[in-house]
Amino acid sequence: MATMLDAKNLSISFGGLRAVDDFTIKIEEGELYGLIGPNGAGKTTVFNLLTGVYKPDEGRIILGGKDITRLDPVHKNKSGIARTFQNIRLYSKLSVIDNVKVGLHNQFHYSTLAGILHTPSYRKVEKEIDERARDLLSVFKMEQHADVLASNLPYGEQRKLEIARAMATEPKLLLLDEPAAGMNPNETKELMETISFIREKFGMTILLIEHDMKLVSGICEKLTVLNFGRMLAEGGTKEVLGNPEVIKAYLGDD
Amino acid sequence: MTMKKIQDKYITYGMVVIAYVLCEILMRTGIMSSHIKGLLVPMCYYAIVAVGLNLCVGILGELSLGHAGFMCVGAYTSALFSFAMEDVIPTVPRFIMALIIGVAFSTLFGFLIGIPVLRLKGDYLAIVTLAFGEIIKNIFNAVYLGIDDAGLHISLKDMSSMGMDPSGKILINGAQGITGTPSDANFTIAAFLLLASLFVVQNLINSRDGRAIMAIRDNRIAAESNGINITKYKMFAFTISAAIAGTAGVLFSHNISTLTATSQYFGYNASILILVYVVLGGIGNIRGSVIAAVILYLLPELLRGLSDYRMLIYSIVLIVMMLFNWAPKAREFREKHFAFLNKRKEAR
Amino acid sequence: MSFLTYFINGLSLGSIYAIIALGYTMVYGIAKMLNFAHGDFIMVGCYVVFTVVSTMGLNPVVGIVVSIVICTLLGVTTEKVAYKPLRNAGSPLAVLITAIGVSYFLENAALLIFGADTKAFTSVIPWEGIILAGGALKIQGVTIITIAVSLVILIVLQTFIYKTKAGQAMLAVSEDKGAASLMGIDVNKTISLTFAIGSALAAIAGVLMCSAYPSLTPYTGAMPGIKAFVAAVLGGIGSIPGAMIGGLILGIIEILGKTYVSSQLSDAIVFGILVIVLLVKPTGILGKNVQEKV
Repeated sequence: MATMLDAKNLSISFGGLRAVDDFTIKIEEGELYGLIGPNGAGKTTVFNLLTGVYKPDEGRIILGGKDITRLDPVHKNKSGIARTFQNIRLYSKLSVIDNVKVGLHNQFHYSTLAGILHTPSYRKVEKEIDERARDLLSVFKMEQHADVLASNLPYGEQRKLEIARAMATEPKLLLLDEPAAGMNPNETKELMETISFIREKFGMTILLIEHDMKLVSGICEKLTVLNFGRMLAEGGTKEVLGNPEVIKAYLGDD
Repeated sequence: MTMKKIQDKYITYGMVVIAYVLCEILMRTGIMSSHIKGLLVPMCYYAIVAVGLNLCVGILGELSLGHAGFMCVGAYTSALFSFAMEDVIPTVPRFIMALIIGVAFSTLFGFLIGIPVLRLKGDYLAIVTLAFGEIIKNIFNAVYLGIDDAGLHISLKDMSSMGMDPSGKILINGAQGITGTPSDANFTIAAFLLLASLFVVQNLINSRDGRAIMAIRDNRIAAESNGINITKYKMFAFTISAAIAGTAGVLFSHNISTLTATSQYFGYNASILILVYVVLGGIGNIRGSVIAAVILYLLPELLRGLSDYRMLIYSIVLIVMMLFNWAPKAREFREKHFAFLNKRKEAR
Repeated sequence: MSFLTYFINGLSLGSIYAIIALGYTMVYGIAKMLNFAHGDFIMVGCYVVFTVVSTMGLNPVVGIVVSIVICTLLGVTTEKVAYKPLRNAGSPLAVLITAIGVSYFLENAALLIFGADTKAFTSVIPWEGIILAGGALKIQGVTIITIAVSLVILIVLQTFIYKTKAGQAMLAVSEDKGAASLMGIDVNKTISLTFAIGSALAAIAGVLMCSAYPSLTPYTGAMPGIKAFVAAVLGGIGSIPGAMIGGLILGIIEILGKTYVSSQLSDAIVFGILVIVLLVKPTGILGKNVQEKV
């Protein structure tokens, strides 16, 4: 198997605070990788580094053999990284299907003029976009919500829509930031099934941040644990979760 | 695109066409007073600029207080052309060319001003658009332009410093503006341009580019993560919005005989007046902008019988409408007692 | 010497802008709204002084006091009637448009009551001023008083905000309305107080302005209001020293620009400076830069 993501020695400081220090991660193609750690450990900052929201002070990011360290979020996405957000960021005044269509933005093209004049090429491509968006929604069992305003969706569905929208950008690597946050056990279970499903169906490589240990141990093959911006442990899920250091970081030491 | 959205679009066109036909009938049968007749073209250009501003405020989500400035650019550049070419080119091609020139220049200004402005956010962006609007108005008020056998002469100070031969023609006379512009516009052209602006904006909204623009409005960070070029689409929407305002400007200057850059028409007050149309018509609701522009433009004119009290009444109506439309308490009240009036919330 | 004269005149005009801008910036900081009608409070203040002093023939001091009282009441009432119901409307545009409505209302009410003709305002400052450098430099009394008053206001305001309980409450409300109310701060009262202070400042600015530039129409307040708003943004909106600095810079540039560059283009210069400053520092000279958390 080829290496999908190879990030080495990533560091970033905010006003003297070393938010992420010497972070290294290697994810193989098709892997489901978990990034865990206590609150404020720097997990989301790692995501922001990988997706270009922040530029690392040090280190480099290789995606599928290409150096993408200094790309901005737009070009990180174009080169194959898609993400979801811890605090849901949907296009709240757009319908569910339009949210997915925005995700499809770079997959289908017609000229601006064709868009304004609604030429036959516009109609043809829009039809394809519509079909693809509906297909994706049906993968997430959301097709019945297609015309609902995104902000009117129930919470769990909003999280799913974010994943669907990210998948629409046809990424090589999908980053999920606490996908199960705020979900009830039923929703979490359904979400786990969805993640497993898209992994199988699309052969997707996934890196996810999670607090829910059950979810992590249930689906992730490998884990990296962050604490105070530094890597505490990495490796197979079982061994990492059994690591006394990790247990100490999670449960406190007394 | 869903059926609902398609329907929506044609309702707007239909509304404009019916209103146009009705006005034409009233005009031809002589029922319409000449006073009202004189209001028809202004009604259209305010509706046009409101549609343009709504693209910026409602669809792009950036508050502009300088759209009257873009209108000013369109008005001056096109009028300058028409005035200079009055005896050279026949009316129809001249107006078409003037329209193209006015729109081109307002597009250019929208683009150039958009570059710095769109780097700012929120209220800062709003105040800088206001500043640019005032700068444009101020410069047009100060410029002297003339032509003689030696070519063009320009000055920002006074007429004599242009150094123009007395036999030459004064094109722009400072604060006195352009005197004797040909009045080439009429209600039919105005209504057509309104339809054209609606066509552009409504089609744009329902396209790939339109979705990208609205995605940026709703969540810039998510839009970036979806691979959408923020700067490009912000610039694009802002520029188109300025171009539409310029179209309104062309109509403005070809509907009067003397064009001056007064605060009343091109100052921040005018920009705000247009914003009032957009907000009362519903932010992001294109049809609403047209309806609000027409009603609110006509309102003070229809109150003319009340002479001095009309603007006072207008301001009270404005405040009461805002409170009634937006105050959470008033909303509750409406939902309780006027539930049947509420339309289903639509996705846009 | 003439440069110095112009500079001092600029300082004086800037002081007026600064006083207005203080009101703007306080209201913005606390109520998070652009009170477009703020400039018209100035005009109301002027007409009150005009009525009391010129029409009724009373002492200017009485005029100033009455003007401050009326403007304060007007500010508080406006907030209660027109702005407060929209505080949770969910769109900052709603209250902005309402403020514009209030502005139209005040202008047209003044038009009805006082007519459109320009009223000659009698300066409330009888002092001729001082002559320095053997007559080469003459500074008018109103210029000196204006600068002095603005300094006093700045000091009093800073002391009030940082040393008194009510001032601390204002800071808290401007930081976070919800948290402030959980801390037992009466948010409504604090916002009312802010409007009261802002409007009182507008009245003072109005009196000073009309004493220096003695012509009064229903639209007298509009342009100074906008320029003061520009000054507040220039200095960093929400910041009190920022409003002061912004006001002074604007006044000086306006007068010097009018004198040395072009009298027709002075407004363009003023607005041009705003554009340039915001491009270099997008939140104004003393503004805080808040980054969005991802």
